[in-house]
Amino acid sequence: MSGEIAVIGVGMHPWGKWGRSFVDYGVAAAQEALADAGIPWRDVRFVSGAATMRCGYPGYVAGATFAQALGWQGAEVNTSYAACASGSQALAAARSKILAGQAEVALVIGADTTPKGFLAPAKGHRPDDPDWVRFRVGITNPTYFALYARRRMEIYGDTQDDFAAVKVKNAEHGFTNPKARYRKTFTAEDVAASAMVADPLRLMDICATSDGGAALIVCSLDYARRIGKANAPRIAAISTVTPTFASSVIEMPDLATDSAVVADAQSFRAALPMKAYEEAGIGPEDVSMAEVYDLSTALELDWMEDLRLCGRGEAAAMLREGATKIGGRLPVNPSGGLACFGEAVPAQALAQVCELTWQLRGQSGQRQVEGAKVGITANQGLFGHGSSVIVTR
Amino acid sequence: MSEAIKPVLDGWFTTGDKPHLLGSQCANCKTYYFPKLESFCRNPDCDSSQFAIVELSRTGTLWSFTNACYKPPEPYVAAEPFEPYAIAAVELAKEKMVVLGQVVTGVGVEQLKAGLKMELVVETVPDADDPAGKLVWKWKPMAGEAA
Ligand SMILES: [Zn+2]
Repeated sequence: MSGEIAVIGVGMHPWGKWGRSFVDYGVAAAQEALADAGIPWRDVRFVSGAATMRCGYPGYVAGATFAQALGWQGAEVNTSYAACASGSQALAAARSKILAGQAEVALVIGADTTPKGFLAPAKGHRPDDPDWVRFRVGITNPTYFALYARRRMEIYGDTQDDFAAVKVKNAEHGFTNPKARYRKTFTAEDVAASAMVADPLRLMDICATSDGGAALIVCSLDYARRIGKANAPRIAAISTVTPTFASSVIEMPDLATDSAVVADAQSFRAALPMKAYEEAGIGPEDVSMAEVYDLSTALELDWMEDLRLCGRGEAAAMLREGATKIGGRLPVNPSGGLACFGEAVPAQALAQVCELTWQLRGQSGQRQVEGAKVGITANQGLFGHGSSVIVTR
Repeated sequence: MSEAIKPVLDGWFTTGDKPHLLGSQCANCKTYYFPKLESFCRNPDCDSSQFAIVELSRTGTLWSFTNACYKPPEPYVAAEPFEPYAIAAVELAKEKMVVLGQVVTGVGVEQLKAGLKMELVVETVPDADDPAGKLVWKWKPMAGEAA
């Protein structure tokens, strides 16, 4: 494919609650990615930062903040904000720049610090803000994940044990991942014993918030060849498409779906990977592994179906037969996923690409997916826009 | 009595025995919106900015449901001690949309099942400034429906 770029370096600051600045996490991730690529910082001509809104002024201009912290060297900068899809949008900006011939090498970077507990809306009486309204009437973030989870139970007959099995699997995957926040295995009984948050989801079904950082060094295929990395994994596709009206999935922070009286109801989650598959010129049957957005255990099952890794309603059966475990036919979240990492919003879409890169290079140690050739990610931002990236080797 | 109790949001719903959520309908393509939209139609094939305020269907079928086992952060105002409440996503057949709301007090998730017929009611909830509380819309299984 002519639209490809190479991933020659990846880096991550371990996820956790470290109490430091997001700039520190980003710089650590960038330095690791540069060392991994084996190129000098001055070769990077474009810095594409994923913004973090919780960290104030420097977070809003993340590209410049990271470029300054790493040492001004005259590169161009860009900053992207798209909630959890920020990292993929930053990657898309870098890819466009490289494919347009305006830069050969780019740093794509995202890092975050997160507050404790529930994510709450901005203060004040603001009935025009859907985020304020839904909290006023008692609809929190886990409400949405629980509605999707309960819907699976009602329509497909999934059980809470199935959801628990996702957590058990992902905890096992992340157990040996040095970048993961939680490295502890759990049993189904542990999950069942955790407090109910939003029926049917328990505390251990829902991902935590974390600090963390992730960075990629991406470049033109020409540059990769010149530095002897012609075989580096490639970004074969990036989809950051919005939903199409009428969007049928009730999405945070909305109180209602679009009305489908004049346009057919459409699932944005199902539409998102289609552009990625088309762009990469491959299909779900070519995928060796997936890193999906397991904000909740049940959501991982939704994504498997939306990525067409199985038929609609068949994800729990695929999980039960062990197909999505490392060693199975199609491992899902070999990194441990958000279950082991927690959310570090602008970093997580990039962390997924880091994992695919390590896997495709065969550098994932005990969590290695044997013979991984094609990886896909799925990630979701607010209002139902999201991202999907395909990495091939 | 109940006339004195104010709604939690002005212009979002009617009160009384047969309350309705107030939405809007595009004058051109007829798409419905909740909360009401009065600026520019979101149908990509429609460029209308004319809307009528309409009462949305006050009954529908239960699409999915959950509950809140922990007290939400502000601006939510909870009774002390906090009582968990159920939440419903209800599909309105005429408007072809799903609308969220709390489920009426006394009905928990164990009494709910997808497909139940639900109706809109108003109920008082605590308020930070108003000792009498404020009115909010909630969903309630219709008579003979609770599982
Ligand atoms: Zn219209």
